[in-house]
Amino acid sequence: MCLAIPGQVVSIEQSNGMRMGRVQFGGIVRQASLEFVPEAQIGDYVLVHVGFAISRIDAEEAERTYQLLEETGVLKDELPEESG
Amino acid sequence: MKFLDEYRDSRIAHALAKEIADWTTKPWVLMEICGGQTHTIMRYGLDELLPKQIELVHGPGCPVCVTPLETIDKAIALALRPEVILVSYGDMLRVPGSNSDLFRAKAQGADVRVAYSPMEALRIARTNPDRKVVFLAIGFETTAPANAMAAWQAKREGLKNLSLLVSHVLVPPAIRALLASLENRVQGFIAPGHVCTVMGYGEYESLVRDFNVPIVVGGFEPVDLLEAVLMLVKQLERGETRVENQYVRSVTYKGNERAQEIMREVFEVADQKWRGIGTIPQSGLRLSRAYAEYDANHIFDLQLISAEEPAECISALVLQGLKKPTDCSAFAVRCTPENPLGAPMVSAEGACAAYYHYRRHAGAGKVAVGS
Repeated sequence: MCLAIPGQVVSIEQSNGMRMGRVQFGGIVRQASLEFVPEAQIGDYVLVHVGFAISRIDAEEAERTYQLLEETGVLKDELPEESG
Repeated sequence: MKFLDEYRDSRIAHALAKEIADWTTKPWVLMEICGGQTHTIMRYGLDELLPKQIELVHGPGCPVCVTPLETIDKAIALALRPEVILVSYGDMLRVPGSNSDLFRAKAQGADVRVAYSPMEALRIARTNPDRKVVFLAIGFETTAPANAMAAWQAKREGLKNLSLLVSHVLVPPAIRALLASLENRVQGFIAPGHVCTVMGYGEYESLVRDFNVPIVVGGFEPVDLLEAVLMLVKQLERGETRVENQYVRSVTYKGNERAQEIMREVFEVADQKWRGIGTIPQSGLRLSRAYAEYDANHIFDLQLISAEEPAECISALVLQGLKKPTDCSAFAVRCTPENPLGAPMVSAEGACAAYYHYRRHAGAGKVAVGS
């Protein structure tokens, strides 16, 4: 139930007085409410849960976490993987 | 997909598992709260990547599983009224009530419609002005703002034919109840990343203080969960206890304040019954007084007969992390996703369903990290 999927905002419009966006998930585009992420702009990644964006993904944080993980992880794992 | 694939990288997962093993000198019992996290752990076999001393037990974070039997019975009774359209998340349809389920009610002619979003309930209410639309609004804090929007928007649009049958649960009071239990074995918690996306993680600080356990907010992908386990193990091995945030790409300390605002306007905190567990004080949400006219409990006169769970079902113990699904004598024999005895076998997030899909035959159906 708490599943939320990251997607990229491709357009923004108003519908029934609500701020809505079209959000692309891989090859699929779906409408989602942007009411809870007033800061989200076209091109941003948002996490969508039951048709509502609940956060704008912090791309910088994501990149930094990933790099950190990769640096520590892959360096440490290099030897076992090579020998395996 | 961006922000998904990189968190399923098997090299990083294996490196993290090795680092966890290097840090582990003692046995530790950790609990992931959210059923979505349970499914990632089972699906990718993350528990089998971990050293033997680390035991993962599964928490009560499956909204479908903890929705009270009485609420399901009410939903079925409402759905069977000719004037009612009952709108529900798909997971709820096969959850057993006392005598029936929504799927069977639908087969008997009830107008039960499956919605992916509360927006659907609004749309159905707009397009069926002569019918009474009841939205079965269940979930944790992640879903509460979206469900709240159904009532908030209905009020704004002046829609008179939409009401909510609410069963909302909150995570921190449930963790408190687990920790206060004499049977508790859990020494560290992975807090649910999407609940915390909405709520932030300030409210977990008092749990750490009162019970001296580390809590790490974790994401939902294999790399997220392994990193969260590593952060917990480091704290436990060093004798530290604090709240940490692994899921920084989505969770901030304060959470989504706009979503919280809508939630606070539409809902108020109340005592809540959890199926299989019982009533936990101040652990749920109900519609606030300003939204009483959208409360299905007020609009419809609902008579209730309370009933017991099947004696063989041990879902209460499974939901509290005291038993594993495979400890149940009915598991995969008299209880299957097609014919469930209890809710955790139905939901896509229930621990019993996770074990059924990924562990019924050792190794069957499991997905390798990075595939």
